[in-house]
Amino acid sequence: MKYALLIYAKPGSWESLSEQERQAAQGEYMALSDDPRCTASAQLQPIETATTVRVQDGKTLTTDGPFADTKEVFGGYYVFDAHNLDDAIELAGRVPAARMHGCVEVRPVVEQ
Amino acid sequence: MLASLIGFLGDFELAEEAAAEAFAIAAERWPREGLPANPAGWLVTTARNRAIDRIRRERTLAEKTRALEVAEATVDEIDETFIEDERLELIFTCCHPALAREAQVALTLRAFGGLSTEEIARAFLVGEETMKRRLSRAKVKIRQAGIPFAIPAAHVLPDRLDAVLAVIYLIFNEGYGGRMDLAAEAIRLGRVMCELMPDEPEVHGLVALMLIHDARRDARFAGGELVLLAEQDRSLWDLAQIAAGRAALDRALALRGSGAYVLQAAIASLQSEERVDWREVAQLYERLTLLTHSPVVELNRAVALAEAGSPERALETVEGLELDDYRYLHSTRAELLRRLGRGEEARAEFERALALARSDPERRFLERRLAEL
Repeated sequence: MKYALLIYAKPGSWESLSEQERQAAQGEYMALSDDPRCTASAQLQPIETATTVRVQDGKTLTTDGPFADTKEVFGGYYVFDAHNLDDAIELAGRVPAARMHGCVEVRPVVEQ
Repeated sequence: MLASLIGFLGDFELAEEAAAEAFAIAAERWPREGLPANPAGWLVTTARNRAIDRIRRERTLAEKTRALEVAEATVDEIDETFIEDERLELIFTCCHPALAREAQVALTLRAFGGLSTEEIARAFLVGEETMKRRLSRAKVKIRQAGIPFAIPAAHVLPDRLDAVLAVIYLIFNEGYGGRMDLAAEAIRLGRVMCELMPDEPEVHGLVALMLIHDARRDARFAGGELVLLAEQDRSLWDLAQIAAGRAALDRALALRGSGAYVLQAAIASLQSEERVDWREVAQLYERLTLLTHSPVVELNRAVALAEAGSPERALETVEGLELDDYRYLHSTRAELLRRLGRGEEARAEFERALALARSDPERRFLERRLAEL
């Protein structure tokens, strides 16, 4: 089954790491995308770069900033082809953001 | 049998329907043809084959169940240990952390207790429709999110076992009787877990705790009024059940158990003695606090300290606790102040406890205490 792992990070948590810690965490992120079960992954640029688009009555409305003004910020995702939810949960647990006061949402992908 | 089917099919509803069909066939055939040599095996095989037929007929492509890949089952394959493993798998699935706690409780009662949806609804004071939806959503989540039917891997087993035990204890504590004696059901589930995981001390600890508490149940109220432990009529205690609880505790201790349930069971056992060794009870509560960091445990430790003859130390312990909305904090503090001769302060605390009281017996008890001041 394919699972999307949606990564929510606590703002400032990355910045508060030392250079060494950041490199170690980077390594962990890369190890996950190198896992043979990983079929897709992306890291998003910071929320300051976000733009939100809606269409109402045929008009495109564009606003500055992310969709939701939440504490945690959506920062990136993986898609893994895992046997079951427990395997997906184990992978999600390896995401550095999860132990830095962020969280990872795990949701099965609709298979085409 | 249901456990075996659900594990095999990975689908609650399909399993339930297949089981019902198998029973119907048995009810029609066995009176005519006589009992098969292995009735349980026959039922499981028949149910599986009906389910496989149904799946092939319906061809739901989104669901690839193992059933399609396995040849039609034969009766010989079904044996005791096979079914036991599947029961274990099933209870871990019912109590999977990806399901909400209420759903875990409902599924466990449905799969193991054989309770009807209506009975579960009544036990937890919700409407039948609400419970139906809760169960349905949970079953769908198991299927769609891919919650596996498996005994958890070793590195997550401790946490997952904790969840199962928490569900069983919740059923014990919070299920309202009605037609079903849910305390007895919880004890039965605990015993099933003891059979399935005999080397886990906390499982025996939980069973011990439930047995001992349940054994004292009839003495808790007299004529509708609350009776404190010290004043209970011990002839109303089920001594055989207390003995059974102590036996379970011994098994847990022999397995070097020292977890929260074992500690609580040891406390309950000590409190069931003729003369309670409150100092030892206080020490056990201290170990429990280290494990759980629970202010309620500290409150109980304070009570034990008072009973052991140190009301001042008890009051000091109570002072730091952040339990302002907890009625037992105030009733405890009130009692300690009363014993220390600080009547006016005791009155204020009894009144606070009274304002927070949740049942009439509790209210009447507190009113009597106030009157005695």
